[in-house]
Amino acid sequence: MSSARKLADAGRFLISGSGAVYLVLIAIFAIIFANNASFFEPANLMLFVKKAAPLLILAVGQYFVIVAGEFDLSVGSLVGAQVVLAALLIDGQESRTWPVILLMLLGGAAVGLVNGLITTLLKVPSIITTLGMMLVLFGAIRLLTGGAPTGALSEGFRVFGRRGIDDVPLIGQLPWALLIIVAVGAAAVLLMRSSFGRTLVAVGDNEKAAGFAGTRVWWVRTAAFVLSGLSATVAGILVGGFAGVTSQVGDGMEFVAITAVVLGGVVLGGGRGAVLAAIAGALTVESLFTLFTQLSVPSTIRPTAQGLIIIVAVAYASRERSRRHTPHPSPKPPEPNRHSDVALSKE
Amino acid sequence: MRASRLALVGLAAVTLLLSACSTDTPTETPPGDQPTQTADGEWFVRADYDRQLAQRAMTPEGPADKPYLQAIQPEWIDTAKFKKDGGDATVCFSNASISNPWRVTGWITMQQQVEVLKQSGDIGEFRVSDAGDDDNKQISDIQAFVEAGDCDSIIISPSTTATLTPAVQAACDSGVPVVVFDRGVQTDCAVTYIHPIGGYAFGADAAEFLVKNLEPGKKVLALRILPGVDVLENRWAAAQEVFKGSGIEVLGNEFTGGDGAKIKDIVSQYLQRGDVDGIWMDAGDGAVAALEAFEDAGKPYPVFSGEDELTFMRKWKDTGIKAIAPVYSNFQWRTPILAATMILKGEKVPSEWVLPQSPITDAELDDYLARNADMPSLHYAKFGGEDLPGFPDAWKDR
Amino acid sequence: MTAAVREAPKTAGPPPGRSRGSFRIGTTALVYAALVAILVVGAVLVAADGKNLFSTGNIVDMLTRSSLLGFIAIGQTLVILCRSLDLSVGYVMASCSLIAAMVMNGSEANVPLGIGAALGAAAVVGLVNGLVITKLKVNAFIATLGTGLILKGWLDTEFAGPAGKVTASFQQFGYTRVSVVPLSTVVMLVLAVAGVLYLRKTRGGHHIYAVGGDTDVARLSGIRTDRTIVTAHILCAVAAGVAGLLIAARFGTGSALVYDYGLDLESIAAVVLGGTYLMGGRGGIAGTVAGVMILAVLDTVFNILEVNPFYKDVLRGAIIVVAVAIYARRQLSARPSRVRFAGGAS
Repeated sequence: MSSARKLADAGRFLISGSGAVYLVLIAIFAIIFANNASFFEPANLMLFVKKAAPLLILAVGQYFVIVAGEFDLSVGSLVGAQVVLAALLIDGQESRTWPVILLMLLGGAAVGLVNGLITTLLKVPSIITTLGMMLVLFGAIRLLTGGAPTGALSEGFRVFGRRGIDDVPLIGQLPWALLIIVAVGAAAVLLMRSSFGRTLVAVGDNEKAAGFAGTRVWWVRTAAFVLSGLSATVAGILVGGFAGVTSQVGDGMEFVAITAVVLGGVVLGGGRGAVLAAIAGALTVESLFTLFTQLSVPSTIRPTAQGLIIIVAVAYASRERSRRHTPHPSPKPPEPNRHSDVALSKE
Repeated sequence: MRASRLALVGLAAVTLLLSACSTDTPTETPPGDQPTQTADGEWFVRADYDRQLAQRAMTPEGPADKPYLQAIQPEWIDTAKFKKDGGDATVCFSNASISNPWRVTGWITMQQQVEVLKQSGDIGEFRVSDAGDDDNKQISDIQAFVEAGDCDSIIISPSTTATLTPAVQAACDSGVPVVVFDRGVQTDCAVTYIHPIGGYAFGADAAEFLVKNLEPGKKVLALRILPGVDVLENRWAAAQEVFKGSGIEVLGNEFTGGDGAKIKDIVSQYLQRGDVDGIWMDAGDGAVAALEAFEDAGKPYPVFSGEDELTFMRKWKDTGIKAIAPVYSNFQWRTPILAATMILKGEKVPSEWVLPQSPITDAELDDYLARNADMPSLHYAKFGGEDLPGFPDAWKDR
Repeated sequence: MTAAVREAPKTAGPPPGRSRGSFRIGTTALVYAALVAILVVGAVLVAADGKNLFSTGNIVDMLTRSSLLGFIAIGQTLVILCRSLDLSVGYVMASCSLIAAMVMNGSEANVPLGIGAALGAAAVVGLVNGLVITKLKVNAFIATLGTGLILKGWLDTEFAGPAGKVTASFQQFGYTRVSVVPLSTVVMLVLAVAGVLYLRKTRGGHHIYAVGGDTDVARLSGIRTDRTIVTAHILCAVAAGVAGLLIAARFGTGSALVYDYGLDLESIAAVVLGGTYLMGGRGGIAGTVAGVMILAVLDTVFNILEVNPFYKDVLRGAIIVVAVAIYARRQLSARPSRVRFAGGAS
């Protein structure tokens, strides 16, 4: 393939529905660059990465759940609960850092397992299961701490979100957060290429067919929730590291994460979308927030701009999708029986 | 079929009960009557601003070691008509919420004060409802107290000002002595309204400190929690008034929701574009995250105004920055309980009970840190409960 | 063939099939049984505390608490029945409270105009929601989240505090009682009955069930599915607008901050608690009213027992999940097909 051809392909991809998120991302970065070129100095970019990392990780977890046809509204509460619990248990003592991180991972997996089992075995819609879990976690953590976070995180705990490898040529500091994102992203891509990933998408696309094909649907979905719980834990470690403990940590993150994933072209209802695009969606959301600050857009009007951009971007993507009906990026034959027409884009 | 049955039941209910029509509407409907938001800006009333700034310098009446019983410029009123013999009163408290550490701290103090008065026999039952920051729920909560009819006194901490006015009016109309504290309402029907000097004083304390410690031309970033919350808007309005003409350049005012991650990100971005010499905050939540942004960017610490919250004060001590902790007196949570029992004993109380409110300065930092050494991080230094029997465990083990 | 097609005859075809009717009565009966059970358990707990759950004050309290959520949940039922949802209701409610209070501005003559302006504005938001979902093909979750954010920006920018003033007569809507029943509850129940009749007796209502049951089948049988969805969204937004009017009546003024009450998710919880199927096509408003009442009763009981507010969240979350799990079990045995919430309703 000639390079011109490649370029044309790349261009076509960008203006396609699935590429829309990358186009928006490039546009946002271009505006930031025009406004403030110093944003692209390595140190500043690395800072952006530290800030964006938690949402990127959350988006990966939310992607697994959404592509399997479910929702996880409990992740924001879970992030908050994990950070507050970590501060309570570590109480500033370095020696407790690793045991607590291990405990957090177990806790995150357990929350995901409960979400998954209630959704799959008790047949409670996941929006309700995870809404319930959100309320339970929110209340339980405040009951435990008496309404306000207590204790403190150790420096060792905060390293992951706040520090990096110093004295790296060219960029100065290589944040641990960046390494964690790359590792999580790579693991997620590999997982989606494995048979588990294909099953996950198949379950989200048509659970009956997947069931007939011998998939244990309940188990696959539950695993997706466990992955989401784990990713919320990692996000919690990063956000706690980045900014320490405040009582608002995690608030509203679930909606931002779902928005990010959908912005990445992943279809709510399952069966479509790529994990990298979901990460790109999260990056877009974070860069949008940065753009607002860079342009000094008045704080109060930002939600309006955010709402418009989300709607337009998603509308553009689904217009493309319905016009071409190209099964990109997860090849699937059209399903005549899917219930998705109202909300989704297939005609 | 089911629908028509429902319709029938509904119609029947309406017709049957129409004769029993009654209303809980307060007799007067004052919201909006008062010119509360005139003057220079939506949230700036010059007369209130001037009064609050003047009150900071006044010496309050009352016992010197009990700030929660002091009052600035009190106008004592007679409460003999509310006198109820025998103690053992039922005191009902409609709380806006305990959704932030400041309110949690105050709430603990209040409960400890109630314990003391239960021991002494003044209070028999302390009934509480928490509205979870929902005005509509709080209106229902207050109505429920009025409806129950056995509250000897109703204490209300309104979640917002204008919207709770009708409900407070209704509580007053029931004849029970009403005590309002923290936020006010647009009616003076309550026997006493208890509050520290106010939001203007808080915002001005913070801004004046920055003006005093920064040369003209220096740059200040304002970090705010939420738009539209009266007490917070007053703080910012006062700060703008102080900054005006001081030569200080205000780089921007950003809403952070008090979220550490957001604060750190915003401050970092401002630092990328240039120097920030001072930080003004309308509440101390997340102050440490703001300071960390300077550390991580390798920039010198700014002149800082936070709040008397311990995470900030401890960081202040550790880093030795030039800072001030404006105070929105947390000890005010004790006063309403004491006021309610005073009223039920027929003792005089101030009609508007203005509690002292003074910032913690560098000179007092060590003292307050030592006094609160055992307290958890999100505790407020001027909580004023050191002499209560539950101290320190009640605040320590939340 | 998959479950959807097997279900189709049950759900999609007007006139309302017997099977749907019996399903609905079955589940609705279960919801009311749950309401009674919660009332009984609540009454026992309150009695153990030496108080009476059914005192006049407490009944008024329960009913008052139910009205606001009731309006929103009734609207939410309509959109959920056609497999959509509306996350913008809180912002619509806040906007309408402000519009009504500002247009009235304390003048009796402006009351009808204020009500009209508020509900008209709500209808416009509903129309936009519906069009974005049907014409721009944006997922309802994102579309309504987006319009909600747009409204939030407007509210935050324009209103730094309460604005406007309603009249004394209009405040009656928030405070008048007919014996123990608040006027707002009566209006809510009248709206509920109207909604039930609309769903049961009119073509538009049947279309909502049909579209929610299976859009393709509905379209093939000649229903203009887009129009049905848009209509449902307009009705939902108008119902949220009525909630905004109630807010204005209760507060005496309009308030932007009410969007933070979390009524968006709570209304969805109430609808599902009321036995409506989150994937659309099954359920109804009668159940929703019971779902709302269950939440209101819990609230009142927690209040009387002075349950720690954080513990309330835990209990509320657990009860919602357990209740829905019980319905799901039942539906599962009655109809072994897709009960799971598979995105479509998103």
